[in-house]
Amino acid sequence: MDLAYGKKYEDFRKEVQQFLEEHKRAAPSGFDLGGQEWSSWLSLLIDRGYWARTIPEQYGGYGADPDLLETAVMDEEFGRAGVPRGTAAQGPSMLVPTLLEHGTEEQRKAWIAPTMRGEVVWCQGYSEPGSGSDLASLQTAAKEDGDDFLITGQKIWTSTAEKSDMCFILVRTEPNAPKHAGISYILMDMKTPGIEVRPLVTMPGKHTYNSFNQVFLTDVRVPQSNVVGKRGEGWKIANTTLKHERNSLNAGTPELIERLRKLMSRESSNDAPAMQNPLYRDRFIALQSRALSMKFHLMRLTTCTLTGENPGVAQLVVKLQNCQLNFDIASLAIDAMGELGALFDRSKYERERGFWQLHQMLSLGLIIGGGTAQIQKNIISERGLGMPREPKPAKA
Amino acid sequence: MDFGLSEDQKLLGETVSGFLKEEVPIARVRELEDEETPYSRELWQQLAELGVAGILVPEDQGGSDLSLLDAAIVSDALGYGATPSPFLSTSVVSVAALRQVGSSTEVNQWLGGIAGGELWFGVAATEVFSRREGAKVELDGDKLNGKAMMALDCVGADFVLVPIESDKLGVIRSDAPGLEINALQTIDRTRSTSELVLAGVPLEACFSDASGAVQAMFDSGRTALAADTIGACQTLIDQAVAYSLTRKQFDRLIGSFQAVKHMCAEMIAELEPTRSLMWYAAHCRDAVPEEFSAMAAHVQSHSAEIGREIASVATQVHGGIGWTDEQNVHVWYKRIGLARHLLGGPELLRDGLARAQGLA
Repeated sequence: MDLAYGKKYEDFRKEVQQFLEEHKRAAPSGFDLGGQEWSSWLSLLIDRGYWARTIPEQYGGYGADPDLLETAVMDEEFGRAGVPRGTAAQGPSMLVPTLLEHGTEEQRKAWIAPTMRGEVVWCQGYSEPGSGSDLASLQTAAKEDGDDFLITGQKIWTSTAEKSDMCFILVRTEPNAPKHAGISYILMDMKTPGIEVRPLVTMPGKHTYNSFNQVFLTDVRVPQSNVVGKRGEGWKIANTTLKHERNSLNAGTPELIERLRKLMSRESSNDAPAMQNPLYRDRFIALQSRALSMKFHLMRLTTCTLTGENPGVAQLVVKLQNCQLNFDIASLAIDAMGELGALFDRSKYERERGFWQLHQMLSLGLIIGGGTAQIQKNIISERGLGMPREPKPAKA
Repeated sequence: MDFGLSEDQKLLGETVSGFLKEEVPIARVRELEDEETPYSRELWQQLAELGVAGILVPEDQGGSDLSLLDAAIVSDALGYGATPSPFLSTSVVSVAALRQVGSSTEVNQWLGGIAGGELWFGVAATEVFSRREGAKVELDGDKLNGKAMMALDCVGADFVLVPIESDKLGVIRSDAPGLEINALQTIDRTRSTSELVLAGVPLEACFSDASGAVQAMFDSGRTALAADTIGACQTLIDQAVAYSLTRKQFDRLIGSFQAVKHMCAEMIAELEPTRSLMWYAAHCRDAVPEEFSAMAAHVQSHSAEIGREIASVATQVHGGIGWTDEQNVHVWYKRIGLARHLLGGPELLRDGLARAQGLA
């Protein structure tokens, strides 16, 4: 047990701090990926190696060797400065790792650099109305037509589809193959005729920024050369991408606990702050214990990645625990505000622009999204504890 | 950066667990519960030879001077085995206190005796955080008067460590005149608790300005106790999973029902992050002393909460047989149940944590 980073990394930290001191005013404030402000910022970060750090230079990255501690130092310092270190958008976090692993040279050359610079924005076409937890049952079909495919079907939960240039989509190309073997992973231009994007209003409601959509596809023409990997191997390839998604859901919660502490010290009922009420206070400390557990748990998992040790079941529990913890932190904040905790949509007396209600609803969304809590528990019990799969019911 | 156990620490855990599995299986634990004290001198001597008794004792006094994380690894193994032993009171709490009061011939002899497995120290510290039944130990010149409740590991001990208020630390002999040790039976028959009635009990030593030593007792003790509960939870999960893979109902292994799988998944999902917190709390004693008290309180209170849930759910996975005496699941349920409140229960600890942060 040694939690020091060592001189090499502390020197690196100083370098990052100096960069942030000089440049943080140029950081974009909103989420409008695709705009000039974001592209300039991402390009600056790539030049200095703070974004696309380990992506090879020939694909527009910085070309450094992977180093988890450098990543940790960068995340800590950018987090402290309140400045985005790149973007969690689906192109850089999910498509790029997939292309690096499975893409052709042409695909990598064409897409990785502009994606990392935020010039090409991607959405993910996986879930369908009839295929959620059982994603491999997806029905959106791609029929051969000369050198192209014609794609017809419907996708749902397509974040940022309304402003995306491209979509990485899972479609059924081999209708007669078993369900896992009939799927291909295809890159689709969102400007192609036959694509209709309709906003999907979600729980936070129509007045809150919301980027989910349904995408309707009717004979959308895509070149067969846009398949990533081989035809029929899309399921395997998508699983690499989902692996990246699970890793990116692992945000820590200490900052949220600090924000809650401030709220509870400020919000008063009958002239006493919520924190003076022993019942609220007890819940606060209990959440602090849980947040600390997760903080050190992630350090333990980082160490496993560094040493190559298999963390086993310890890794599998993170998404389940972290999403519920976020929900519970938001719940206490709402309770500490009492009736005013329900104010929303810019109402008079609303606190922190409705942050806590929104955070609670988004946390609930994450408890379901990216593998529901129940699917997580199946994974934990099967892969982590060696328990058997639920037997399939006998065919009638 | 390295957040985890070293190769030596993993080996320590395997060695102690392996020994306990072989020498003190649950059948032996159940035999010991009918003795006057469940702690066997013979077993403790064997553990001393493994280096367990003196794990925190300085090398000069014959100990191995390892870290609190090493002691927590041993504690985890003892919880896993539900092993009856005075490890918590003698090797963790008392050594933590004695190392703080400063070196003297007397203290060094005690530390040496602990490391050799010859001396047992009980602890009567409950009144520092919770006085009930009119209990309180008071100093009268060089003698102690009063009453102490729920004293730990005092039956059969050689000495008893008695904090007086929170800034003085007394040491008395267990056979001192004026001292009555009355065993109290808790649900947990793997630990010994008692009431001490003191009427002019002569002190072997009394250390004043010992608030640091008293705090060290609690911080180290809480961390080790949390590790014990974590070990107990781990074996309960292992037993529940193993049972679910042998028991059939409705022509299926019950472990193939999602209802049962999800119970097991929830248990391990609560346990693993708590284990990480426990490692960090133990690491704090030497590396981050300014956070040690807080982290020890966090991990003791949090492990108490998840411990109660896991003990209940693991029993439920076993169904009716889990509620029988013969299946032994209750041995860990009860060990976790007593540990929840030893050295301060979760509600008291969270209140203390809030005060320490200036929130109350």
